[in-house]
Amino acid sequence: MDQRQRLVVVGHGMVGHRLVQAAVERGLTATHDVVVLGEETRAAYDRVALTSYFGADGPDALSLLPGGVYDDPAVTLRLATTVTGLDRRARTVTLGDGAVLGYDQLVLATGAAPFVPPVPGHDRDGCFVYRTIDDLDAIREASLTATGGVVVGGGLLGLEAANALVQLGLRTHVVEMAPRLMPVQLDAAAGSTLVRHVEQLGVTVHAGVRTEAVEAGPDGTGVGGLRLAGAGDEPGPLVEAEVVVFSAGIRPRDQLARASGLEVAERGGVVVDEQCRTSDPRVWAVGECAAPGGRLYGLVAPGYAMAEVVVDALLGGAGRFLGADMSTKLKLLGVDVASFGDAFATTEGALELVFSDAVAGTYKKLVVTEDGTRLLGGILVGDAAAYGVLRPMVASGIALPENPEELILPAGRGAPATGVGALPDEAQVCSCNDVSKGEIVGAVRDGVTGPDGEPRRCEDVADVKRCTGAGTTCGSCVGTVTAIVEDHFASVGKEVDRSLCEHFALSRQDIFDLVVVHEYRTFDALVEAHGSGRGCDVCKPVVASVLASRFHGHVLEGATGSLQDTNDAFLANIQRNGTYSVVPRIAGGEITPEKLIVLGEVARDFGLYTKIAGGQRIDLFGARVEQLPVIWQRLVDAGFESGHAYGKSLRTVKSCVGSTWCRFGVQDSTSMAIALELRYRGLRSPHKIKGGVSGCARECAEARSKDFGVIATEKGWNLYVGGNGGATPVHARLLAGDLDDETLVRYLDRYLMYYIRTADRLQRTAPWVESLDGGLDRVRAVVVDDELGLGAELEADMADHVDAYFDEWKATLEDPEKLARFVSFVNAPDLPDPSISFDVERDQVRPRDPAAAAGPVDLGATIPVGAR
Amino acid sequence: MTGGAGGPEGWVSVCRIEQIRRETGVAAWVHGEAVAVFRTHDDEVHALGNHDPRTGASVLARGIVGSRGDEPFVASPLHKEPFGLRHGVCLDDPTVRTPSFEARVVDGVVEVGARRPVPAVAEVP
Repeated sequence: MDQRQRLVVVGHGMVGHRLVQAAVERGLTATHDVVVLGEETRAAYDRVALTSYFGADGPDALSLLPGGVYDDPAVTLRLATTVTGLDRRARTVTLGDGAVLGYDQLVLATGAAPFVPPVPGHDRDGCFVYRTIDDLDAIREASLTATGGVVVGGGLLGLEAANALVQLGLRTHVVEMAPRLMPVQLDAAAGSTLVRHVEQLGVTVHAGVRTEAVEAGPDGTGVGGLRLAGAGDEPGPLVEAEVVVFSAGIRPRDQLARASGLEVAERGGVVVDEQCRTSDPRVWAVGECAAPGGRLYGLVAPGYAMAEVVVDALLGGAGRFLGADMSTKLKLLGVDVASFGDAFATTEGALELVFSDAVAGTYKKLVVTEDGTRLLGGILVGDAAAYGVLRPMVASGIALPENPEELILPAGRGAPATGVGALPDEAQVCSCNDVSKGEIVGAVRDGVTGPDGEPRRCEDVADVKRCTGAGTTCGSCVGTVTAIVEDHFASVGKEVDRSLCEHFALSRQDIFDLVVVHEYRTFDALVEAHGSGRGCDVCKPVVASVLASRFHGHVLEGATGSLQDTNDAFLANIQRNGTYSVVPRIAGGEITPEKLIVLGEVARDFGLYTKIAGGQRIDLFGARVEQLPVIWQRLVDAGFESGHAYGKSLRTVKSCVGSTWCRFGVQDSTSMAIALELRYRGLRSPHKIKGGVSGCARECAEARSKDFGVIATEKGWNLYVGGNGGATPVHARLLAGDLDDETLVRYLDRYLMYYIRTADRLQRTAPWVESLDGGLDRVRAVVVDDELGLGAELEADMADHVDAYFDEWKATLEDPEKLARFVSFVNAPDLPDPSISFDVERDQVRPRDPAAAAGPVDLGATIPVGAR
Repeated sequence: MTGGAGGPEGWVSVCRIEQIRRETGVAAWVHGEAVAVFRTHDDEVHALGNHDPRTGASVLARGIVGSRGDEPFVASPLHKEPFGLRHGVCLDDPTVRTPSFEARVVDGVVEVGARRPVPAVAEVP
C-alpha cells in the first residue's frame, strides 16, 4: 500500500491529544496523514488540573499544546470544528460547516458530557456544568455577584467544583443523592470521615437527599436557591444560592456512533474490543466515549492507555487494553483521599483491616486476601501518605509483612515494614503514564536516550520527571518517585551530597543556620570552626550573601569585601573587556524627565554605551573601574541609588501603568510595584530575584514569569510565586488570591525570607519550591497558614532588612578605604588601562574585538612591551 | 613608590603590603605591563600577569583568592578559571597559563621582580 492513509481523530481533548502524540512519536505519520478535529476553540488542555488553575490565570497555563500546532507537518489540527455526521459506507465525516472529510481510519475521542438532571429550573440563568475552561469562566463571572453556591453531585468532580466555589469566596453547599460523598471510591465509614473534614472547611454537605428543583431569585430572574426533596408531600428545605453547578455524572458522547449504527453499550459508550476497535474495523474509540468490554472509564489514565493501544494496532502491533487501574489519590478541599484496587472487598474471602481515628480525622482500610498474604486494595482518608507504597503492592502482588496493620498505623505505634526498597521493579509507580519502578531506577542509574538520540543523564527527581514522564500528570506519585531516587542513591553508596565545595561539607542552609546560631560575622570564624582550607569562588560568595542577609552590613566592609564575587566586589557588572556597567535603580520602571536627562548627560559625558534593560531600567556600559566612583557621585548627587544589578539580590519589580492611566486596570499596579521594589531593594538572596505587578489579568508586566508576581483582581491582589525566565522558564503559580495590600506584603515578606533562609546556593525559587516536601503546598502552609509558626520571625527579619537599608554606592563614596579599590593600578593611579579600547557601532562605543585587545603573548622569553 | 625600572635585578616597588587587603589582589604597572599582585592569608605575596589568558582582559587582580588543597589560586573574574598563584598555570587545564613573576616584601614594601621562565606542562604540580 504505497498511498498515504488518512487518520481522522474526532475530538481534541486530553486523550485525543495523547493519541496524536503517540502517533507522531511512534512514526505512524510516516504512512498516515492525521487530521484532528476539536470542537472547542482551544487546543487540548489539562482538564484534570482545572481547579488548581482557577483565578486570574489565563487558560494557556493548562494548555497541552501551547503553540496550538503540532510540529509534524503530517498532522493538521482544526479547532472550533464540530462533526455532525458519520457515513461508514462512504467512509466520511460531515463537519459543522457542511464540509465532508474522507478517512481511511477514524478514531472517536469525543469524550463525555456532564449529565444535568432534568429538574425544573435546571436551565435557569445561574446554572452551570463543570467541564470546560469556558464553564469555569462563566462560573467565575457569576460568582462576582453571588454570595452562595451549591454543587449538585458529591463525587470526585463535584468536590472539585465545590473547591472552586470556595476559592471564589462563595458560601458553598454540596448535595449528594447517595448516603455519602464519593460513593464510587469510598465506603460508608470513609465517606463520613470525609464529610466531617469537608464541613470543617465551611462547606455544608447534604447527603442522602435528592434535588427537587432550581428556584428563581427574589425578582423572578436567575437563581435564588436549590429546593431539596422533602418527605411525603412536604417541600424540602431550600439551599439559598445564586450559583448552581451540576456535577451529577457524565454521559459518554456516543451520538455519532449511535447514528451510524455502531454497537453501543447498554449504559452508553461505544463498545470496543481489546484493541479499542468498534464494531466497524476502520473505526476506533478511546477515552470517556468508549466502553471497552461494555465498561465506562472516567479517568484519564485508562484513556491514555487506550490511545496507545490504538496507535499500536494501526502499526500492526499486538497492544491490548485489558482494563485499567482505577486508583485515585487526590487532595480535595485540603483533605487527602485515596482509593485503590478492590476497595470494597468484593473478592471472595477478602478481609479488611481498618484503622479509624475520628479525633485526628483519619480513616484507613486495607483489603487483604483470605490468608492475609497479599494486598487487594484500600481506602485512605485524611492521611494518604502510605498510598505511594501500598498501591504498587496491589499490582505487584508482593507479600505483605507479618503484621500488615503496621502499614496503616500511625508512625511510632508501628513503623511501616516496607518502604520503596521492597517494591519490585515491575511495580507501576506512575499509573497515569505507566512508569514502573524499574524504569525510574534505570533512568537514574544509566541515564536515558533523548528524543534526539543523545544520551541524557538523570540525576534527580526533576530529571526523572522529564526523562520518564512519571509524576507529570496528576502528581500523586511524586513522593514515591522521590523516595525511589533517594533509595537508589543510598543503595549505591552515593550520598545526595549538598556540600558546597571542598572547604565546607555543608549546604547553604546549614551555613545560614550556623551563622544565625553562633553569630559568626567573618568568613575566617566560620571556616575555622566548620570548614577547612582558605575557601574559594564557590563558598566565599555564599558566606558573603548569608552574612549580608543576617547582619545587613556593607558588602565591602572589612574582610567581607574579599569574599565578594566578581560583580559585587566593585558594585558593578564586569563586561568582557574588563569595563563595567552602571545601573541605577528605577523603581517600578517609573522615571521623571529630569532624571532621564541626568542619565543621558552622564552617559554622554563619560562616553558610555546606553541601553534599556528588560527590567524596565537603563544600563550604561563601558565604565573603567577607576571611573565608577566619579560616575556614581554624579548619579547619587542627582538622587539615584544602586540598582543592585550586580548582585544575587532583588533586581527589579516590573509594572504596568495600571488603574492610574489604563482603561483596563483594576488596581494601582505602578504604586504597588514601586512600593515593593523600595521595600525589598538591597535584599541578598541565593539567586537573583525579580518581581512583577500587573494591574489586570492582561498581565502586561509579565508577573507570571517572576519569582513573585502580583496580579490585580477586583477584590485585591493575587500572589503568584516560583516563576522565572532564563534558561529554564517557569510560570509562577497561585499562592493566595484576593489579598489586601497589607496581607500581600506580609505573605511576600515571609515567602522571600523563607527562600533566603532555606534554598541552596544558586537555586532559583522555582526549583526551590519543587525541592520542598509538598512543593507549593508546603510554601502555602508556611507562608499563608503559618503552620510552622515562623511567620512572625520571618516578618521580623524582613523588618530588620527594611530598617537597615542604605544605598551601598552612597556609603562607598563616603568611605576612602572602600574607594581605594577603584583604581587602575595601585602604583600608577593616573594611568588608565591601555589594553582597553573601543570602536564605534551605531553611533555608540563598543569594545574592540577581544582578540585584538589581548595582552602580552607568552613566548617563553622576556620582551619589553613598551617604554613607561 | 613608582613603577620605575630601577632597583637591583629589575625589582620594582609597587605598594605597601597594607595596601593589599589579605586574600585579595591589586593591579600594578611593572616594566610596561599590567601585573596582578596578591597577598595571601599568611602574608605571602605572589605576582602574575594581569591579563586573563582566555579573553585578554586585564582583570585577574580582581578575582577571588582561595585554596585547592594547599595550592593557593585566584579565580578569574570573567569565567572563574583557577590560576595557581605560585606559577600562573590554570589548575583545571595546564595548557592555559598567565606569566608568573618574582615577588617579595622588603621592609613592608611589596616588590615585583623578573618574569619567571614558563614551566613545562609536566613540571606543573
